Amino acid sequence: MGKPKVGFYWFASCGGCEESQVDIADKLIDVVNAVDIAIWPVALDFKDSDLEKLEDGELVACFLNGAITNSEHRKIAELFRKKSKYVIAYGACSYMGGIPGLEVSKDKETLIERVYLKGDIVVNPDKVVPVQEFKEDGVRIEIPEIYERPYSLDEVIDVDFYVPGCPPTPNVFLDAVNTLLSGKIPEKGYVFGSRKSLCNECPLNKTKPEKVLVKEFKRPHEVILDPEKCYLAQGVICLGPVTRGGCDSLCIKGGMPCTGCFGPLEGIKDYGAKAISYIASILDSKDLDEIRKTLEKIPDPLGTFYRYSLPRSLFYKKRVGDKK
Amino acid sequence: MNDNFEPKIVAIFCYWCTTQAAELAGTSRMTYAPNVKIVKTMCTGRVDPQFILWAFRNGADGVIVSGCHPPSDCHYEDGNFKWFRKYVLLSKTLEQAGIDPKRLRQEWISASEADKLKKVITEFTEEIRALGPLKHPIREGGD
Repeated sequence: MGKPKVGFYWFASCGGCEESQVDIADKLIDVVNAVDIAIWPVALDFKDSDLEKLEDGELVACFLNGAITNSEHRKIAELFRKKSKYVIAYGACSYMGGIPGLEVSKDKETLIERVYLKGDIVVNPDKVVPVQEFKEDGVRIEIPEIYERPYSLDEVIDVDFYVPGCPPTPNVFLDAVNTLLSGKIPEKGYVFGSRKSLCNECPLNKTKPEKVLVKEFKRPHEVILDPEKCYLAQGVICLGPVTRGGCDSLCIKGGMPCTGCFGPLEGIKDYGAKAISYIASILDSKDLDEIRKTLEKIPDPLGTFYRYSLPRSLFYKKRVGDKK
Repeated sequence: MNDNFEPKIVAIFCYWCTTQAAELAGTSRMTYAPNVKIVKTMCTGRVDPQFILWAFRNGADGVIVSGCHPPSDCHYEDGNFKWFRKYVLLSKTLEQAGIDPKRLRQEWISASEADKLKKVITEFTEEIRALGPLKHPIREGGD
């Protein structure tokens, strides 16, 4: 028997996920030695037809990153589902909708108008916007249909495992690869990363007060953070307490508070609602007007608390293939 | 406007104040709009924003949360403030997500204020009736 075949693919994503895959550096050689990469269009010249040629279930695993935003994404995702034994949603976009997922709160027309006509750096005097079908001189050109809203991968196809992160840190990717190679297959729906919150592994945790209480919330650019002291205690919104750990606290070590890319902990249905709940609970004020004033200063609660998880939130998530 | 529309309203009441007001309204034979389904919690401080989203997701056109008067009526000292902080953030989030924040109402009703309860519920029901049924993708998700 040959080496297990794996595939990599990207949908609506930025390329950071691929970077994180090659970021495992010298260990990449071990991975490449252990598996046979059957498709990886970002790195090597593969075509969709290479995927179609594979037998059903021939790929042992595929790592799909990015949100699903058009009909081509969906087609390829369904093809991958057919060809693979295990489908792994790789990265926050694929897992929860991610950054492209934020567009779910706007309709398609508003988005097209914003991107092609009214963007701050857009010069488009002829008002050219994308159309799905176009005919000129008897030649018909078709582009994939842009969906009304972006989807997380598991809203479109059945997903076996999730690798969280924006992008996933190299150690989580390695953990996923090694787990699958070892044959100890986790239960379906397993999310790689820690079972505990980020605070649990945060190097600043020892400076976190027993009870965090803050008088006002500041944005990271409004304050010079002390890198040795819990960011929450310094009044900056850090979502570590409600976010899954396992990322090696890279942002924290880099001087930035957690924005929640590893998603919710087990048993939480809606990440953003939980984050709202947490941030509301640490505001030290018992004056209704003051509470209103302080919290209304948080400029974009939807984008702050649902930064990576809007399509998968209670607001929007469609339960495809989920039993009622 | 659809004349047959009967709003579905979920009312989350704290045990110590507003639920007692509802009991008082009941024993005093007061009538108020029958559109509310009352859910009793020990304290509004326990109300998780997930509950509100869950209610909207499963058919509520409006949600009202009511607890004890600030600053000092709360049986647990500051549960009402805890709720109020969540409420402020949540209503702004609802608005950004395209749900009219008027559909989430926050009140303080003490155990003796059955009159106020009656007034608030009737008023809120009419307000939601005027807004019409909630139309938002939150409805498509189901359970």
